[in-house]
Amino acid sequence: MNKFDVKDLNLYYGENHALKGINLPIPERKVTALIGPSGCGKSTLLRTLNRMNDLIENVKITGNVSLDGNDIYQERNVGGLRMKVGMVFQKPNPFPMSIYENVAYGLRAQGIRDKKVIDEAVENALRGAALWDEVSDRLDGHAFGLSGGQQQRLCIARAIAIQPEVILMDEPTSALDPIATHKIEELMEELRKDYTIVIVTHSMNQAKRISDKTAVFWMGELVEHGETAQIFNSPQDERTKGYVNGDFG
Amino acid sequence: MSDVVTVNHAPTAKQSGQVVKALEASANRVDWANHLFKYLFMLSAFIGVFSVGLIGYFLIKEGMPALSYAGVTNFVFGMEWVPPVLFGIAPMIVASLISALGAVVIGVPVALLTAIFLAEVAPKRVADVVRPAVELLAGIPSVVYGFFGLVIIVPMVEKVFNIPAGNTLMAAIIVLAVMILPTVIAISETALRAVPRSYKEGSLALGASPMFTIFKVLLPAARSGILAGVVLGIARAIGETMAIIMVMGNSPAMPRHLLDSARSLTANIAMEMAYATGLHSSALYTTGIVLLVFVMVLNATLLYLNREKAR
Repeated sequence: MNKFDVKDLNLYYGENHALKGINLPIPERKVTALIGPSGCGKSTLLRTLNRMNDLIENVKITGNVSLDGNDIYQERNVGGLRMKVGMVFQKPNPFPMSIYENVAYGLRAQGIRDKKVIDEAVENALRGAALWDEVSDRLDGHAFGLSGGQQQRLCIARAIAIQPEVILMDEPTSALDPIATHKIEELMEELRKDYTIVIVTHSMNQAKRISDKTAVFWMGELVEHGETAQIFNSPQDERTKGYVNGDFG
Repeated sequence: MSDVVTVNHAPTAKQSGQVVKALEASANRVDWANHLFKYLFMLSAFIGVFSVGLIGYFLIKEGMPALSYAGVTNFVFGMEWVPPVLFGIAPMIVASLISALGAVVIGVPVALLTAIFLAEVAPKRVADVVRPAVELLAGIPSVVYGFFGLVIIVPMVEKVFNIPAGNTLMAAIIVLAVMILPTVIAISETALRAVPRSYKEGSLALGASPMFTIFKVLLPAARSGILAGVVLGIARAIGETMAIIMVMGNSPAMPRHLLDSARSLTANIAMEMAYATGLHSSALYTTGIVLLVFVMVLNATLLYLNREKAR
């Protein structure tokens, strides 16, 4: 069962043809890794999945991206789409407010005021992001007081607090040290049971460790995609071969 | 990187003899220009500080006689201005504060919404028209604002409130509200634009609407910058002279309501300086001291806000 279906997707930043005829199915409740050298379009593709590219001026998109069979670019309620498709960014970006308010933010944005409901959602989300035990005694503390890895897990908690179906992760561990990275990867092992995860990563080892499917990008093109083991063990394309062997990139 | 770089020639770390010579000569030269400029910068900075010191000194020196004649309490809290006998400037302090605060109450909401419009809502092409127009507002001489107030606002106040003379606190508040717009807008817009993009992205990615994002994340994050803009706006309003003289009526009596004529501290100085002598003249300098104290308090507030921002 495919969660997303990307069909003949082209994306232009002004004159720059950033994504060229992408066709990619993204299966439900699996981890799909997008890999490739810098500037190859993998983050751009990720941001088409929750329409974050809408924020950039002069972006033109052709083709279509469907979520559960519905074209998301025909969708009028972009906020609703983004509730279903959560996102975690490269650099942890908690809001300048308390830990509690960070997690409650998405609920408050939907007009939910009932304190009991929010309390429960906050606790569940923090437990889900494996952060509850570390912060339960200081929920009112400022989010900036947390370490980088904790901040990133807070951002994951913030995302899962509103019950998304998909979590997009844009190099979620590239700003973190190895131990914090390990914790996030452990967390992803849990999250994969409930969510469809799409992750952009620069680390081929990370892609190997955590993903079921891998898609390799090269200068705006999707070179190859398939089972992660197959991509790494018997790549079909010369460029994939060179990239996964670490010859360049 | 994505492209394979082909190297055509072997890179070399050795420079030619000429280059080496030039570098050595430069290393041994005393750089007079550098020293010269260092002192030039210092001198320039000193001129500003020196001016402030000098102005403060003269205000105090010239204002002292009237202050010691009347006493601080009688001066600041005195209700009667009858030079050269009574030097009470309480009515003017009240007029200055009320007109500035009134201008803030009307002007700041408009300015803030404009800043949000420019920073977040307006398409680039619209913002590129609105922003220079607002900046132009800052360049209009205050006498022109006064003229505008006299011809448009004063008659309007007369008509709307059905009073014989429209030269009132109300008219001054409206004119000042327009005058502080460019200051508050420019600084608030800068503050809003300085909010990290990641906050906005994080909020929108959670499905929050653009309006929720603006009010719950962007405005709070830009708060101290916006407050700094408001403080500068107040300073501008308190210091304004010409436009106020033209629209506020300038009666030295304590205003009882917003539709009364009133005289600001600045107007008091500007209107009487030409013919005042002796103690009367000294009392005008003292008025200047009071004004300076207000501005210093505002600047201290600004410093405090900026420190909070830096933290």
